[in-house]
Amino acid sequence: MSEIPQARSRASAAFRPAINIVRFLWGSPPSAFGLVVLTLLILVALIAPIIATHDPYVQNLGNTLQAPGGEHLFGTDELGRDIFSRLVYGSRITLTIIFLVSVIVGPIGLLVGTTSGYFGGRFDTVMMRITDIFLSFPSLILSLAFVAALGPSLNNAIIAIALTAWPPIARLARAETMTFRQADYIAAARLQGASPARIIWRSIVPMCLPSVLIRLTLNMATVILTAAGLGFLGLGAQPPLPEWGAMIATGRRYMIDSWWLVTFPGLAILAVSLAFNLLGDGLRDALDPKQMNRR
Amino acid sequence: MTTYRLNGFMRQAITILVTLLGLLLLTFVIGRMMPADPVRAIVGEDATRETYEQVFRQLGLDRPLWEQFLFYLRDVLTGDFGTSIRTGRPVIEDILHVLPATIELATFAIVIGAGLGVPLGVLAAVKKDRWQDHLVRVFSLMGHSMPIFWTGMIALIILYAKLGWVGGSGRMSQFYIGMVPEKTGFLLIDSALAGQWDIFRSAINHLILPASLLGYSSSAYITRMTRSFMLDQINQEYITTARVKGLSNAQTIWRHAFGNIRVQLVTIVALAYGSLLEGAVLIETVFAWPGFGQYLTNNLIIGDMNAVMTCVLIVGIIFIALNLISDILYRIFDPRTR
Repeated sequence: MSEIPQARSRASAAFRPAINIVRFLWGSPPSAFGLVVLTLLILVALIAPIIATHDPYVQNLGNTLQAPGGEHLFGTDELGRDIFSRLVYGSRITLTIIFLVSVIVGPIGLLVGTTSGYFGGRFDTVMMRITDIFLSFPSLILSLAFVAALGPSLNNAIIAIALTAWPPIARLARAETMTFRQADYIAAARLQGASPARIIWRSIVPMCLPSVLIRLTLNMATVILTAAGLGFLGLGAQPPLPEWGAMIATGRRYMIDSWWLVTFPGLAILAVSLAFNLLGDGLRDALDPKQMNRR
Repeated sequence: MTTYRLNGFMRQAITILVTLLGLLLLTFVIGRMMPADPVRAIVGEDATRETYEQVFRQLGLDRPLWEQFLFYLRDVLTGDFGTSIRTGRPVIEDILHVLPATIELATFAIVIGAGLGVPLGVLAAVKKDRWQDHLVRVFSLMGHSMPIFWTGMIALIILYAKLGWVGGSGRMSQFYIGMVPEKTGFLLIDSALAGQWDIFRSAINHLILPASLLGYSSSAYITRMTRSFMLDQINQEYITTARVKGLSNAQTIWRHAFGNIRVQLVTIVALAYGSLLEGAVLIETVFAWPGFGQYLTNNLIIGDMNAVMTCVLIVGIIFIALNLISDILYRIFDPRTR
């Protein structure tokens, strides 16, 4: 409890723990693998035009379903497009999904969680009921329903995933807020005449931020698998876009004779979602005080 | 004490009612959000203005939204979930027809998932931070990270197309379709009842691959929870006492520590069963499994919103029911809650 009055300085010195966490993660091989894969993903997305050997959209109907090797590292698809180059450009779509979902989900979750934790009472009950209703669906099924209503496209898939991904964040932010609500520094702010909005924004949100960010990372594997699943069902990114799930869907028709059409995009999805899971697992260990005491 | 418990039950009942109402509101809102015109879907493109307006009124679309919601509530409460545009039959009949196939798949999957996850979780806890623990962690996270539709395809390519070890898509060989009298809808039970053991074998052959994949993907969660429950127990003093008493390692672990986490495990497995439905949607598409998931995706693609929203509603209800069941099981099995 003695830590709470120093809260503000802790929030501003957020960098030091971040460096410590990275150092801790680097120490365990599985988490290190996760860090490497995600760094690679970002790098590949940034310099995609340099890495890609072909244009991901240019068709070459005289050169369809070529096996891997030679000019085409991972072979070509049913329209003669280079699969390697499509995968490379697909990393940009994956990153876009991750980024946009986080940008939507983080603020919504924080807003719902901190306000209902801070105000409590009936408002809290109502907000948590709503959260529970969203939580009572598996995320893929609810996203399916939203996309069905909004119409299939990459943007709608991102919106649908975001709409289903905020409840755990809200729950977490609420639980955190409840522990600070009675703290002296909050009471001090209130006595100085700060409005609830100001207290929440300046004093509570910064305190919730670290755990919310970690929780977002933990959820990213699910987000990626849901996005890929929507793409596979034809409800996410639409055809010429090199989204990995959609690539598997089109490759499905040729999978018995041309295994490379489905194999490589699947491996890409697996690598990224595994990386997030390993990283999340490491983060959980790094930050769980219960686990720390056991060592 | 009794009044206290009664109060608890009352509160829970009210909570469930409110959640159900919210669920209905959510499906109602999603159903209204869709850009497609439900009247056009019924009357067709060439209908006259009068027919259009007649149907518009029949559907109650001229009423205020809250009134429409009340109508929707009334319909659902009387068991009327609307008619499927695709099949022309009541949606609920369609769904009850396909549900057994999914329950069969999911039940096999959860047996495999728990059979894999629980022992691995115990192993990981006992060997914490040693190579066994790391191996289990990577193995189970792998299952959690696979895009299951992809793994399904790869497994089909290798185990079915190349090696021929398992049956391909569908619930049984094409050859047998229509030969089993349908009584329960569960193919294994129906074929056994009819004494058609060839079909029974064919059904197992087709079930084993999708069920194993689903089970593997759900085992990650079960493994992790088992490990953390076991760690909580192993660090307690009664375990030290048992060891000091001279009990064998196996007895300490399985009798004492494991005995105390069984209740928690039951609730975890019940929740994992619910999340299998999610994987079922994808795996059924890959394996052409004529179940709930395939029904849902087929209707999504053609935009049959009555069918889709009812499916979503049913998944929500199953989830709430499983939560409730795991809660009740917890109360029954855990002496401390009595």
